Amino acid sequence: MTSAVEAAEPGMKSAKTIVSVRNLSKVFNRTVKAVDRVSFEIPEGEVFGFLGPNGAGKSTMIHMLTTVLKPTSGTATICGYDIAKDAGAVRRVIGVVPQEYTADEDLTGYENIMLCADFYGIPRDVSKPRAEELLGLVGLQDAARRKVETYSGGMRRRLELACGLVSRPRLLFLDEPTLGLDVQTRIAIWEYIKKLKVDYQMTLFMTTHYLEEADSICDRIAIIDHGRILKVGSPSELKASLGGDIIQIGVEEKENDLSQLISQVNHVKNVSKFDSSYRVKAEFGEEAAPAIIEMLRTKGYHVTRLSLAKPSMDEVYLEYTGRSLREEQADEEHMFALRRTMRRARA
Amino acid sequence: MAKSFTGNSRVNTSITHGLWSLTNRDLKKWYKAPFILAMSLIQPIIWLALFGKAMNFGAIFNGSAFNIPGLNIPKEVLNTISQQIMESTFGTRDYFSFLAVGMLSFIALFTAMNSGMSIVWDRRLGFLNKLLSTPLARGAIPMAKVLSSIIRGLVQSAIVFLIAVLLGLDLSHVTFLGLLGTFSALFLMMLGLSSLFIMLAIRSTSWESQMAIMNLLNLPLLFASNALFPAKFMPNWLKPVVSVNPISYATDIARQLLLGSPGMASLAFDFLYLGAFAVLLSALGIYMSWKFLTK
Repeated sequence: MTSAVEAAEPGMKSAKTIVSVRNLSKVFNRTVKAVDRVSFEIPEGEVFGFLGPNGAGKSTMIHMLTTVLKPTSGTATICGYDIAKDAGAVRRVIGVVPQEYTADEDLTGYENIMLCADFYGIPRDVSKPRAEELLGLVGLQDAARRKVETYSGGMRRRLELACGLVSRPRLLFLDEPTLGLDVQTRIAIWEYIKKLKVDYQMTLFMTTHYLEEADSICDRIAIIDHGRILKVGSPSELKASLGGDIIQIGVEEKENDLSQLISQVNHVKNVSKFDSSYRVKAEFGEEAAPAIIEMLRTKGYHVTRLSLAKPSMDEVYLEYTGRSLREEQADEEHMFALRRTMRRARA
Repeated sequence: MAKSFTGNSRVNTSITHGLWSLTNRDLKKWYKAPFILAMSLIQPIIWLALFGKAMNFGAIFNGSAFNIPGLNIPKEVLNTISQQIMESTFGTRDYFSFLAVGMLSFIALFTAMNSGMSIVWDRRLGFLNKLLSTPLARGAIPMAKVLSSIIRGLVQSAIVFLIAVLLGLDLSHVTFLGLLGTFSALFLMMLGLSSLFIMLAIRSTSWESQMAIMNLLNLPLLFASNALFPAKFMPNWLKPVVSVNPISYATDIARQLLLGSPGMASLAFDFLYLGAFAVLLSALGIYMSWKFLTK
């Protein structure tokens, strides 16, 4: 037990690199740059997340690294194997939990796991006990002999997780692991993912557009938009990089730009103006906010609104992409619901 | 204790690993779904019992059906003439037997056509992407589809044959070797045809276009063959089409072996043609899957 926990501590991490990506690009139809010269590395045992909106290039990245799509240019190695030249070796060391529900509806949960095991050529005497173990891990023992068409969304997602683990991969890809799930189920899936990290010391690469998910599971996050990585860092590094708390102030004053005035207040680091409100970055927001109100009142300006936010992934995302991710979530969930309907239509 | 993640020492890396599992996945959808299984049995019954029995060509020429006024030809003579006409037209004395044997290739053709459909669904639902990220040999992906469609087709053809026997198929020429030869011919035909339809679907994400292709090809392929009507009475412009259609060759083998009819070509040539067709198209199918499954 101790060895596992120690190895997971940041300081004890071995320097071994599992994923190394160099200037990887994917261009569709010669014009659409889905992934644009992306480079990054993932050390062994890390949970690395791609955070970005719908269409940012997250799934394209996963498809290239899992050898499903051919890159247009650039290279990447996984466990030292080149994804283009040594695709067969890459496929042996990775596991994939796709965004879609890919389990066969007409088979049982157990049969689905065994089917996946067969793709890896795992002998039956090994795969049978392993399938049982994995069904236990994701809490599907009782439903194992039922057809997948009777499963709920959360159960399907857990089954996908078990299928992705059956080959005991060194690197597991999770593409939007909680897309379309309700909050409780989402938290349950997070627990399973955290368990994988601790129990198996697996390296995980995941994509998400849920800020809380990236914040709570990932060791490091890459913010990706329009196929480019905008910023990489641990959640706390990213939040710290904002340089303090965010104060939003609404003022009853249209004519003059008050940015200059506000920036002179103690602790204030940066002010930007949006219409009639100001976005202020300050080191100690609790002290800076009253000071700003006081200053504005003495100058004769009337403060109409004020909010104080501690740095969150929300703010981080807004800072680096210039827009909020919240509104994009609805779109993505809508897409997912459509796909699910299509699936039903087939059955 | 951290669980060990190193032990994958004994893995089967042969080119065919996973092939049977993938085949069995498709077959389970069929034999574990009683409704689909029943439907696939009902269709041939309808064709045989309705189409086969309704098209009672033998009765047209029968002595009780017609006579020439003033000549009063004896019934026995007319019946003999009728049997001669049937024999020289269909190679057997009753049309039902002629059609029933043709129906074996007909069922095989329809099953082969459906194989393209399931690969389209696998692509649309993301299952294909999952497959492509595993060490499964690329060629195993279309071949599993081909194999499952062949097995379904052969089982359905066997059922059609049994139903035909119950409905009065002429069994006087049927031998075990003849049956074996017939089903080998059907195997070769389905290997080629299924590979063809998989190839047409290999990059497609639209099942609508797949349906359109199937609807466009199924009846012409059937009518431009000797499955329902002997090729020698067809117009000259159609004969070349019939003589390249693999369905004609599978049917020709079946008629020669099961009914003792004279064939349109020798058995050896029939088998050679079907064999070449099967090898060429399945090899092409595997090659295409290497090249085009990954976008």
